Amino acid sequence: MRAWVTRAPLLPALVFLIIVTQLPMVATLVISVFDWNALYPEARSFAGLANYAEVLGDPELRKSVFTTILLTVTVVLTSLVLGMLLALLLDRRFKGRGAVRTMLIAPFLLVPVAAALLWKHVLYNPEYGLFNGVLHWILGDGATQPDWVAEMPLGAVEASLVWQWTPFMMLILLAGLQSRPMDAVEAAWIDGAGAWQVFRYITLPHLRRYLELGALLGTVYIVQNFDAVFTITSGGLGTANLPYTIYQTFYQGHEYGLASAAGVLVVIGSIIIATLALRVVSSLFREEARS
Amino acid sequence: MSAATRTAPAATKAPDTAPRKVRRRNAGLGLVAWLVGIVFVLPVLWMALTSLHSEADAATNPPSLAAPLTLDGYREFFGAGGGPSPWFSLANSMTASVVSTLFVLLLALPAAYALSIRPVKKWTDVLFFFLSTKMLPVVAGLLPIYLFAKSSGTLDNIWLLVVLYTSMNLPIAVWMMQSFLAEVPAALIEAAQIDGARLPVILTRVVAPIAMPGIAATSLICFIFSWNEMLFARVLTGVIAQTAPVFLTGFITSQGLFLAKVCAASLVISLPVLAAGFAAQDKLVQGLSLGAVK
Repeated sequence: MRAWVTRAPLLPALVFLIIVTQLPMVATLVISVFDWNALYPEARSFAGLANYAEVLGDPELRKSVFTTILLTVTVVLTSLVLGMLLALLLDRRFKGRGAVRTMLIAPFLLVPVAAALLWKHVLYNPEYGLFNGVLHWILGDGATQPDWVAEMPLGAVEASLVWQWTPFMMLILLAGLQSRPMDAVEAAWIDGAGAWQVFRYITLPHLRRYLELGALLGTVYIVQNFDAVFTITSGGLGTANLPYTIYQTFYQGHEYGLASAAGVLVVIGSIIIATLALRVVSSLFREEARS
Repeated sequence: MSAATRTAPAATKAPDTAPRKVRRRNAGLGLVAWLVGIVFVLPVLWMALTSLHSEADAATNPPSLAAPLTLDGYREFFGAGGGPSPWFSLANSMTASVVSTLFVLLLALPAAYALSIRPVKKWTDVLFFFLSTKMLPVVAGLLPIYLFAKSSGTLDNIWLLVVLYTSMNLPIAVWMMQSFLAEVPAALIEAAQIDGARLPVILTRVVAPIAMPGIAATSLICFIFSWNEMLFARVLTGVIAQTAPVFLTGFITSQGLFLAKVCAASLVISLPVLAAGFAAQDKLVQGLSLGAVK
């Protein structure tokens, strides 16, 4: 009886979450073993694992798996490194530090679709975008005027995402730096340690869990990125990642069975990543509980 | 608690121990930080400038800095040129974000209470279950939700988005609030109990004041995530329940010269998030890192 009194407050949230997030997953699993195209509903039939074979054998889909991994790894690593450099800069005292921090946060606060539109139309546009305008300013009338999205489609998507996510990494790492025990750093200074040694042996180990947290959260969000791919390239030119491909397979292709099989495969991939990630979080959690 | 106040003691100590060479280098690196900050904010400022130009001046190469300023882009966005009015989409986004945030609080607060102040057995397992639902990609459950909406007649209905946004933010909210409520000292609650205070009094007089900043941060983040969401909104809404991000993607394809209008629209739609985010920078970090960064 007492146990139920303490458990009761949990139930509404648990029941709600199971219904809204777990049931659709089960339904996806069921649909994935059917041959089901929405345009031919009467031709729906049990297909076993045929959809999975088709998904795994489809070069387009395999490519979007590869694109998702490449996009995520590039964006997370680049913004993590840039974010760390910026956090180290902002950890020092200088005039207008608060102003610089506020400027740096702006990209992260723009609505993602708005940010993607900004990059596509205002910056990348070959005819009147800011990038080519600046080239024109600097190099004069004969300046090269590249078509950025056409020439480096994946790079174009990645650059906009790095711009949005570097501030986020910077914020987390800055908070990490500011919780660094200063007495250890000062002791190292007095013992004659150089800046690099302080960074390598004191700062970096301290930042480790903050780096892991940034990488984990960044990965969760960027693996699922839809807005940037949808807006900047519409998935064209080899930039279709898994969320975009699945969206297209069911929303425009009406291939319900295939889309579900691809979805299930994404879930399996995510579970593998999540298991690793949760281990990281739980180690973080234990440290927190101890302190 | 805030990052800024935390550094204060260390920062004031720095000049005493740091050699003069270090101080001069700090000034130099400060300049670098300023430059990088300007590079990062420049696209946003450029967007603001473009939004204040006429369409003809917005689309020139090389870009015009001195072109006359006008509010035409904003007038156009708000439907002066006979285009669709954004007010419905903005109202939809506001409804979906605010109501789902309230629902999240309603569900997450009792759960967080059960996980921190009077923890149930194996409470870490429950906490991890909540977080694990966040790791599953949204897109994998999208089709059944779409089919459900179609058969139940809730397609293009804002309340479906309210339910989905609630489920999307609930795990994060439970995590954040658990860590904020855990900050309430157990001794304080026990003392109140000994004084004969009943549960409602303890909750409103002891727990709420301490947990309030955390609850505010959680609400802010739920609001931002709902406001920004586009995949659900795009697939599950159409004309009536269209949200602001969907509206934003909608009018770009149909028109020719639109740069100033797109910039004005992007800024207006980002305004609630920009305002809230700038006002609560520290809370935002703390919340986004699930309360682990304190």
